[in-house]
Amino acid sequence: MAALNEEQSILKDQAIAWINDNGPVAAFRAMRDSGNPLGFEQATWSAMADMGWPGILVPEEFGGSNLGYLTFGLILEELGKQLTASPLLASGLVGAAALILGGNAAQKKACLPRIADGSRIVTLAVDESTRHDPAGIALAAHKTANGFALSGDKCFVVEGGAATDFVVAARTAGNAGDANGITLFLVDGAADGISRTLLRTADSRGYAHLKFANLEVSHAAVLGDVDNGGALLDAILDRARAGVAAEMLGTASQAFAMTLEYLKTRKQFGQVIGAFQALGHRAAELYTEMELARSAVEGALAAIDADAADVPAMCSLSKCKAGAFLFRMSNQLIQIHGGIGMTDEFDAGFYLKRARALETMYGNQGFHRARFATLMGF
Amino acid sequence: MSEANAKLEQFRGEARAWLAANFPRSLVGKAAVYMTYDLDVPMEGDALAWRTALGEKGWGTPTWPTEYGGGGLSQMEARVLQEEMHAIGAFNPIPILAGMGVTMVGPTVLEYGTEDQKQRHLPPIARGEVRWCLGYSEPNAGSDLASLATKAVDKGDYWEINGQKIWTSGADISQWCGALVRTDVNVGKRDGISFLMFPMDQPGVRTRPIKLIAGASPFCETFFDNARADKKDLLGKLNDGWSVGKRLLQHERQSQTGGAPMGGGGGSLQELAKKYVGLDSAGKLRDEDLRLRLAQHLMDAKTHSLTLARVAAESRGNAKVTAAASILKNSATHVAQARAELTLEIMGGNGLGWEGESFNDEEINAVRAWLSGKAMSIYGGSFEIQNNIISKNILGLPETTQKG
Ligand SMILES: Cc1cc2nc3c(=O)[nH]c(=O)nc-3n(C[C@H](O)[C@H](O)[C@H](O)COP(=O)(O)OP(=O)(O)OC[C@H]3O[C@@H](n4cnc5c(N)ncnc54)[C@H](O)[C@@H]3O)c2cc1C
Repeated sequence: MAALNEEQSILKDQAIAWINDNGPVAAFRAMRDSGNPLGFEQATWSAMADMGWPGILVPEEFGGSNLGYLTFGLILEELGKQLTASPLLASGLVGAAALILGGNAAQKKACLPRIADGSRIVTLAVDESTRHDPAGIALAAHKTANGFALSGDKCFVVEGGAATDFVVAARTAGNAGDANGITLFLVDGAADGISRTLLRTADSRGYAHLKFANLEVSHAAVLGDVDNGGALLDAILDRARAGVAAEMLGTASQAFAMTLEYLKTRKQFGQVIGAFQALGHRAAELYTEMELARSAVEGALAAIDADAADVPAMCSLSKCKAGAFLFRMSNQLIQIHGGIGMTDEFDAGFYLKRARALETMYGNQGFHRARFATLMGF
Repeated sequence: MSEANAKLEQFRGEARAWLAANFPRSLVGKAAVYMTYDLDVPMEGDALAWRTALGEKGWGTPTWPTEYGGGGLSQMEARVLQEEMHAIGAFNPIPILAGMGVTMVGPTVLEYGTEDQKQRHLPPIARGEVRWCLGYSEPNAGSDLASLATKAVDKGDYWEINGQKIWTSGADISQWCGALVRTDVNVGKRDGISFLMFPMDQPGVRTRPIKLIAGASPFCETFFDNARADKKDLLGKLNDGWSVGKRLLQHERQSQTGGAPMGGGGGSLQELAKKYVGLDSAGKLRDEDLRLRLAQHLMDAKTHSLTLARVAAESRGNAKVTAAASILKNSATHVAQARAELTLEIMGGNGLGWEGESFNDEEINAVRAWLSGKAMSIYGGSFEIQNNIISKNILGLPETTQKG
């Protein structure tokens, strides 16, 4: 783990203690069993807001603590371990990043304090098909006398059920597939022109499809520049990817810990199964992969904090590495637990389902491998 | 800028000035000639002058103490020195010239040696004048090193050594050998081993080079027939050679965590791919499958170097460096071997050029580096042995079938 400063260590310890008491995987199970359509409990979210977590990225003048992405990642990793359900990633990281990077003074003033105190949940609506393809955005924003009218669909919007506001990536010029011609809008989720369909997915997180039917917004809703929002969108997405990767690392490292524990306790043929070299080596390789993935995850978060030139490449690297490890680890979690791993009563299934959902979020491994090649100039 | 940074920058200035005054410009671009493990390159002219200057300054072994011929630099200063050398195309041939002296024997002598041993053995290594080989492996003691059978008997004023070693790198061109030998046959196999140091140029030592798949013969069978080691050249305590020897292997592992390719070019693989494979009109490599595997490799390499940096940052002031060494060795091996395979694939048929005018140096080096690189997962504790170590020592799994 990165060499933490004192503030980060305290925050991390606080997170671990709070999650143990309030958000263990048993709480996730209870939430799932209750059929809660939002995918998280309001009380959990309020408690996180009280601890200041949604404001970690928000500048102090807007009510946050401005501690940066590496610090935020520590919390996301701990939450990922216990699958603690909340809109923290979607709003505290992605929504906040959108406002911090793209918002004008008035937008920041109106929105950031309320993201920081948890009273607003701002999430990004980007994808329009089952594949992550930012350049392929087609949702149309036509210029009108007073601003723009938005028409089209967004799908798999993260925490789309609970969101109070959406950052919507729309096309104001060009055609789907063009990198240029994209504009971001900050829209009120309660507006008449938006209808939501809440999704029931295997991983029990709150996603929604959105339909925009000629939603009228004013110029004041534009986040960043008209037609040139592609770079801003990329920057927001990169932060989102680095955040998801931190959550993935947490989820996978917990799966590793559960597996290692089982290797040391389950006995067959008169010995603990970890004494079989086939499994000992598999554990060693998974552990190696975990350590490497951690470097990538922390490297990307630190690169964002340092405003490094290679943020895009680092974020693709991070999402790809964390993704590969979580994919393999979640399968091995089941495999090494044998029959018990297949039961709903045991938690392994939660990790497997969440693993695949996170894999699709903001670009899967294939997307990021290809993007990395492009960024490297080949 | 903090005070520490200011001091480091001052050192950078000193290093730069010294290098400018001492590194012969005629050696720029010659690193590959002098930095290869496969050859015994003669030291003469400017190369000899450079080795001598570097050795006298102690900067061939920058972090060793000055009283034993080292540079007395901190790790940070040593890194700065390396950066400055890299910047002007300079290189440090001493670790290569000393064989196993700089990376393995030296650090172990520093730790376990008597004052007399340090005074006698370290300065010649630091000057790059004496090459060391390492007699560990035997025909029947490879990964299971503790089963070694070469014996040493106390003859009063010397040790008499009989037996055979194998895979002894550089045995035929080394002046000294550090070897693990059995000094007590009546105890457990790890308990009767000692570490002896002795000169190779003596009647009782014979070497026979073994040719490798890459064409060269970098290592030997080494036979001991009443060979002698001086009594004062027992390193560490009698019958405690297993701890000494294991410590040395940790130094070896640590030195093999860099992920740099063995020989062959260190240039950019994507540039090589552009040259041999070409880009399509969209700016993508013409071979889509290769493109993605190359991207994956570059990500793996980047992740490896991020991990090296992370381990260094986390271990500051903490002696438990070695826990990560097995992970790093396996990862370094994976990266270097994958790089060699991709280099070959990118070059296509030319990547298999063995010799002759039809192939350029880069191509011929690539095929040989690819072949020699296969050894990385065998020596220094094989890939599987590292996994044993990780599962046992780091993860705490039982030892039932995972020895080593
Ligand atoms: C280029 C090169 C340079 C070398 N230089 C030196 C030198 O200077 N001095 C020196 O003393 N030696 C040297 N060696 C020898 C090296 O240390 C040995 O090759 C190594 O220890 C492996 O031993 P082995 O070759 O007998 O293979 P073996 O030990 O017979 O291994 C064969 C296979 O079995 C596997 N295996 C063995 N035990 C286990 C286990 N417990 N669990 C799972 N798998 C296992 C291995 O991983 C390997 O895949 C060198 C080797 C090479 C290739």
